[in-house]
Amino acid sequence: MIVVVDYDTGNLRSVADALHRVGADFLLTADPAVLRQADKVILPGVGEASSAMEKLRERGLDTVIPTLTQPVLGICIGLQLMCQSSEEGDAQCMGIFPTRVLRLPTQTLQDERLKVPHVGWNTITDLKTPLFAGVAESSYVYYVHSFAAELCPATIATTDYGCSFSAALAYNNFYGAQFHPEKSGSVGAQIIRNFLKL
Amino acid sequence: MLAKRIIPCLDIREGQTVKGINFVGLKQVGDPVELGAKYAAEGADELVYLDISASEEGRRTFTDLVSRIAARIDIPFTVGGGISSVEDAGRLLDAGADKVTVNSAAVRNPDLIDAIAAKYGSQFVVAAIDARMIEDRWVVMTHGGKRPTDRELFSWAEELVARGAGEILFTSMDHDGTKNGYPCDSFARLAELPIPIIASGGAGTVDHIADVLTLGRADAALAASIFHYNEIPIPRLKRELNAKGINVRL
Repeated sequence: MIVVVDYDTGNLRSVADALHRVGADFLLTADPAVLRQADKVILPGVGEASSAMEKLRERGLDTVIPTLTQPVLGICIGLQLMCQSSEEGDAQCMGIFPTRVLRLPTQTLQDERLKVPHVGWNTITDLKTPLFAGVAESSYVYYVHSFAAELCPATIATTDYGCSFSAALAYNNFYGAQFHPEKSGSVGAQIIRNFLKL
Repeated sequence: MLAKRIIPCLDIREGQTVKGINFVGLKQVGDPVELGAKYAAEGADELVYLDISASEEGRRTFTDLVSRIAARIDIPFTVGGGISSVEDAGRLLDAGADKVTVNSAAVRNPDLIDAIAAKYGSQFVVAAIDARMIEDRWVVMTHGGKRPTDRELFSWAEELVARGAGEILFTSMDHDGTKNGYPCDSFARLAELPIPIIASGGAGTVDHIADVLTLGRADAALAASIFHYNEIPIPRLKRELNAKGINVRL
């Protein structure tokens, strides 16, 4: 069974719709016992990092998720909560990925102004791990975010927007995507199918 | 590199796609979900669905339609038309919309932008502005571009940013439906704002869209009839923009 973690951070709908489109059965729950039994766990989320982290704590999930042994995929804020910390709301996160989440720069190294949030389609490069099987280098994926994880040894895909950041991360059984595979057309669907096959 | 976005806009009345020429003389151009899926498959980067239903029944139909779009379409989509409360926005979010666009209601009640942004985040709020050049001044219009207000385009856009809008969608009512191109100077001035600008209204050729994305420095171009009547298919548009050195998702 695939579990989508339901911890009251807005829109689970788009992840649920994407799972329906690839023909996957899933359950929405925040029950730690069900999470432990799941074959795959997806941690979605939109919103602000420190309040999202608080919602995980209220449900006791901040200590459960790091102990899971099946494949876990964090999407957007879900990825950020799996890092060490986030500058957004000065949040202490779950500490799974060895990296920090920082605010995106508002200008390039050439001093050109950048719009933040980073909204739209950008490319992913240096793709590693089976999560990106069949996904071409420099494929476009859809982003909406103002904070991003620094590059680190767990980085398995990179995007440039004023700086290079971790488009995706992997550490043991834990995966994270800063972009939205559920909104990234056929490339996103491929990534979701790849995760479900892990 | 972040790609410039191409966004087909679908006007919906009583659950069906229509397109107005200068907002009058509507003509049906297809099933909204099928048309959206076709555009997504052709390479549209996002979709915008605007409800222009006049009736309660039409608006209920639209919410159901949003759920069907969300189930089918795998790219982001924005919905709007008649959103005048946080509850309206929440209902569309629950139905699966990625963003809402607020137009006249924000002019009437600017706090609505703050309220939606506070509850659902700035990324959820696209502030739409219709304006017309009257005596050398861009006057913000409401009610489908028919009613002038006392607001001016650039100061209103700045206020919308300060209130928490995540993107601005600007339509020149002088250019909309004319196919004579966009007012690029005005778009270049809007591009100084710290949030993405979506250019709407006036596209007739690939060059018009290329101009607003380069000279006008817009982040995205929205159009309707050139797509609905297949005058410029999206694959051809993107190929030609790419050939002009504009970064698009191919």
